[in-house]
Amino acid sequence: MPGPILILAEHLKGEIADITFEMLGIGRKLADELKVTLHSIVFGKEAESIAANLGVSDSVFVVNNPQMDIPSTDIASNILKSLIEQKNYSLVLIGGTNVSTGIGPKLSFRSGLPFINFCRNIWVKDGMVGFTSQLFGGKILSDVGLPGNRGIICIYPGSFPSNAGKSDKKPSIETLSLPAEETKVVFKQYIEPEAGDVDITKQDVLVSIGRGISNADNISMAEELAAILGGAVCASRPVIDQGWLPLSRQVGKSGMTVKPKLYLSLGVSGAPEHVEGMKDSGLILAINTDPNAPIFSVAQYGICADLFDIIPPLIEKLKT
Amino acid sequence: MDIVVFLKMVPDVVEELVVADTGKSLDTQFLRMKLNDPDDYSLEEALILKEKYGGTVTVVAMEAAEVDDVLFTALAKGADRIVKIPGDWTGIQAPAIAKVLASYFSSAGRQLGPDTLVLLGSQAIDDLEGEVAPYLSEILGAPYIGVITGISLDAEKKKVSVIKEFAGGLRGEFELPLPCVIGIQAAEKPPRYVPVAKVRSIMKTAKIETVDIAPPEITSGVTIEKMFIPEAAGKAKMIEGEPEQISAQIIDLLKETGILRR
Repeated sequence: MPGPILILAEHLKGEIADITFEMLGIGRKLADELKVTLHSIVFGKEAESIAANLGVSDSVFVVNNPQMDIPSTDIASNILKSLIEQKNYSLVLIGGTNVSTGIGPKLSFRSGLPFINFCRNIWVKDGMVGFTSQLFGGKILSDVGLPGNRGIICIYPGSFPSNAGKSDKKPSIETLSLPAEETKVVFKQYIEPEAGDVDITKQDVLVSIGRGISNADNISMAEELAAILGGAVCASRPVIDQGWLPLSRQVGKSGMTVKPKLYLSLGVSGAPEHVEGMKDSGLILAINTDPNAPIFSVAQYGICADLFDIIPPLIEKLKT
Repeated sequence: MDIVVFLKMVPDVVEELVVADTGKSLDTQFLRMKLNDPDDYSLEEALILKEKYGGTVTVVAMEAAEVDDVLFTALAKGADRIVKIPGDWTGIQAPAIAKVLASYFSSAGRQLGPDTLVLLGSQAIDDLEGEVAPYLSEILGAPYIGVITGISLDAEKKKVSVIKEFAGGLRGEFELPLPCVIGIQAAEKPPRYVPVAKVRSIMKTAKIETVDIAPPEITSGVTIEKMFIPEAAGKAKMIEGEPEQISAQIIDLLKETGILRR
């Protein structure tokens, strides 16, 4: 008989992260199939009000510690470790996000349970739980198993529907009173996003550029196209890290989530971290030289070509 | 400050990846290895810190194809020492990598000192069984934080202040004491360029130090059943033809969907 399943509910500045509902949805499904209970745990000063929204789980543990609004990897893994020992959890689901990064491996080290990263799918077959992880920027999938049927799983955002994790039901809530713990990693302050010249989350048309734009001088071509289409230019991580565009133009995991009517992607490979921020756009049209680029599995229309062959004639035609 | 940067080689995903006949790993024959992107930024951040605050930068890597070039390039960029851990590390899992890197600090003449700052890429594209940096911090008993894009050192040179990325452009400032382990997402500046000629000339005179470490006997407890290339990699309807035709089709599409009026 496997043990119950535990979800580390994640929130940022009082707002419940989508990954929490994704994990609740798949967690519920697995718990029902394995005939076990589903628990959640929330850290932070608003933990109690957040817990009330986690009715898909049977019960929620609340750790009402203001220092844990941003969970310390050390304190979180200690609390989770002792819960694992008490409740004999079979699976612990943690969000594959920047907020929760590091908790999984630390908990794995301290609890002795194996860790699976980048998880995109989970299923139950003959009482054993199986997992699919994505590797190499989404170019390879790997089916993996846990011989002991127990482990810590890092769920890749966007892998499961979040609606399945939402419910009006009120879960039973238990407040854990734990001795205060020190951490050497001290949170000082939030740094709010710099207001950019353009708010890319409010555009109907986005021309997105990636590594394929090659150098900063070529950005003016994308700017021209965006201007004609009445939109703005955004970019994937490599372009931002090069300093070619400000942080406010970044789409993806660390950057913005955008849903324009048209997302015209130029030379963006479509790494999962990028796709996370644009997959819900209306019409996605991608141009890339690599026929196997993952962007073509998100786009409705694809063009396997050099963007420098396509965009100049497109601009000319649009001008006339 | 004693800055130690660990670099990891990963398959270049620009190349086509082929699954081996066993179905459980990549076919290494066709792999081209490159430096993990965040690791390139770790090195850059280390060099920026050295320029600002002084100290030394030691770059350490486990043996892999092309790794010598990467190490010599690091030296040409301004690192002080380059170290290779020889061995065939193909298929080694994240917890074991952390064990090897931790053993580096107990090898002859090396230690995790009071002013040691350990930098690694925040994550790699092949971290199936975890992330190396937090495992390493556990073994070393040193504090850790990941997804960092900037570091500064306090006046007493005992603490670092770091910038961590969350989501939606929101970031946070944290403080932690040395020695510590930091997972780097990006540096304050893009990785510096170094002319190939400079790397070549350094190769002629410089030497890569080696540190022998026995492969650890730990496994991750995760079994790989099969690896495969995702299907439906071509869900998009492909528009084909000459550039002129393609651009005409794009315009038709934009009109059909109402994005372009007329």
